[in-house]
Amino acid sequence: MIYLYILIMAVTTYLIRMLPLTLFQKEINHPYVKRFLHYVPYACLTAMTVPAIFYCTANPISAAAGFAVAIILGYKKQSLPVVALFACVTVFLVELIPL
Amino acid sequence: MQSQNIKEGLKDSIPIAIGYFSVSFTFGIMAAGFGISPWMAGIISLCNVTSAGQFAGITLLASGAPYFELFLTQLIINLRYALMSLTLTQNLASSVKTPQRLLMSYGITDEIFAVAVTRKKPLTLSYMIGLEWFPIFSWTVGTVLGAIANNLLPASIQSALGIALYAMFVAIVLPVARESKGVCFVALIALCLSCIFYYVPVLNRISSGFSIIICTLLASGIGALQITEEKTA
Repeated sequence: MIYLYILIMAVTTYLIRMLPLTLFQKEINHPYVKRFLHYVPYACLTAMTVPAIFYCTANPISAAAGFAVAIILGYKKQSLPVVALFACVTVFLVELIPL
Repeated sequence: MQSQNIKEGLKDSIPIAIGYFSVSFTFGIMAAGFGISPWMAGIISLCNVTSAGQFAGITLLASGAPYFELFLTQLIINLRYALMSLTLTQNLASSVKTPQRLLMSYGITDEIFAVAVTRKKPLTLSYMIGLEWFPIFSWTVGTVLGAIANNLLPASIQSALGIALYAMFVAIVLPVARESKGVCFVALIALCLSCIFYYVPVLNRISSGFSIIICTLLASGIGALQITEEKTA
C-alpha cells in the first residue's frame, strides 16, 4: 500500500512541474504577462522567506541574527554560498550565548 | 560547451545541496519516527524532491488518509511549481525541446528555480542537469542517513543549517531589488502579504503552499500593473 501512496505523490508532483514546461513552448510577448513573469521569482522567494525564516532555527533570536547577516551580505552582492555560510555560522554562534 | 554548462550548474547548486542535506536529514528522522524504513524514505525523497509536499505526504501516509486527500494535498502544496515552470519556459534556450523539458522538469524545486531563473544566459539541458543532480543526490542521501542515524547530528548544527536555504533566497532577491524599483516594490508587497497570511487569524489556516501562490500572484500582478516603464529582460 505504501507504494501506491508514494506513486500518487510522485506522479502528481511531477505532472505539476512537467505540464507547464512542455505545454508552453512559445515566447510570451504580451507586455503585462512579461512583466508579471519577470516579478514572479522575487515575489515567490520573498513570500517563502518572510516570516518563515524566523522559525527555521532553534529560536527567533538566532534566526533574526542570521537573517540580518544575510541581508547585509546579500545587499553587498556576496555570492550565495558565502551568504548561506555566514548566516549558518551566525546562528550557531548566537545559540552558544546562554540567555 | 556542454561540460562547461554542467560545471557551472554544479557550482551554482552547491549551497542548495548543503541546505537540502540538513532539511532532508530532518525528513529522514521524521519518516523513521513514523516507522518508514530508511530505504523507503530514500525512495520517497528521490521521486518527489519536494520538502513541504513530502512532510505533508508522510503525515497522511502514516494516518492512512484516503488517496484522493493525498492527491489534493500534493496538488495544493506543490502548485507553485506550475507557476515556476511556466516562468522558466521564457528562459529556456532554443535547443530545449519536449524531451529535454520532460527530463529537466523533474528537478524543479523552489531553490533550483530561484537559481535557474536568475541566470543571465539561456537555460540549456546540460546546465539544468548540472544544477539538479547534486541537490537531488544530497536530498536523497540526507533522507536515508537521517532515517538511519535518527539523531546523530547535534541539535545546534541542525538548527544552524536550517537557515541556509533562506539566506540563499535573501542573497538572490536583494542584489536585484537594490537595482530595480519594480522588483523592490514587488518584494515589499509579497513580504507584507506573506506576514498577513502567517499572523492574521483565519487567514493563517490557509496552507503555506497555497498562501505562497496567493502572495506571488497578487504581488507580481500588482507590480506589473503599477510599474510599466521598467525594462524586463
